[in-house]
Amino acid sequence: MLIARVIGEAVATRKHSSHEACKALLVQPLDLDGSPRGVPVVALDAVDAGAGDRVLLTAEGFSAMTSVGRANSPIDSAVIGVIDEVSLF
Amino acid sequence: MQLGRVIGRVWATVKDQGLEGQRLLFVEPVTPDLRSAGKPIICADCTGAGAGEIVYWCRGRESSFAFLPAEVPTDATIVAILDELHAGGESHRC
Repeated sequence: MLIARVIGEAVATRKHSSHEACKALLVQPLDLDGSPRGVPVVALDAVDAGAGDRVLLTAEGFSAMTSVGRANSPIDSAVIGVIDEVSLF
Repeated sequence: MQLGRVIGRVWATVKDQGLEGQRLLFVEPVTPDLRSAGKPIICADCTGAGAGEIVYWCRGRESSFAFLPAEVPTDATIVAILDELHAGGESHRC
């Protein structure tokens, strides 16, 4: 999983049926210091996150599908948590 | 999933049987402000995307799930054609 920031939303009418009725969030993965880690990606929303939220991003198919309740679907990433706090030891 | 722009098409007469009837499109990764973000890749397509359209695609094993029960040997599949992108307080029509 990765830490990411929700920066927007991708709106699509024509899409695979497994993506219907699910928000497609634009998220920017982050490093620990909060700097961008690669380019923004699209992730389905399993937790009703919103723009600006710092979130937990899974970038693996099985966990992404499971979190949005759509097994055997072409889904490779999902937002699966809204982060309250990160503490480092 | 990743954002991309459809920039071309690939034809292959000799191919795996599972790829019969599949359109193979060249997709250039893009950022949310639609600038190039890397080298193009080839995607299968379950949406009917066309030239210049902004899409997002799924990668890996799960990208072949778009065609179930058919078993298509793909590692990247276009799963949505975008109408609009909202990012950083701005909206782009695609």
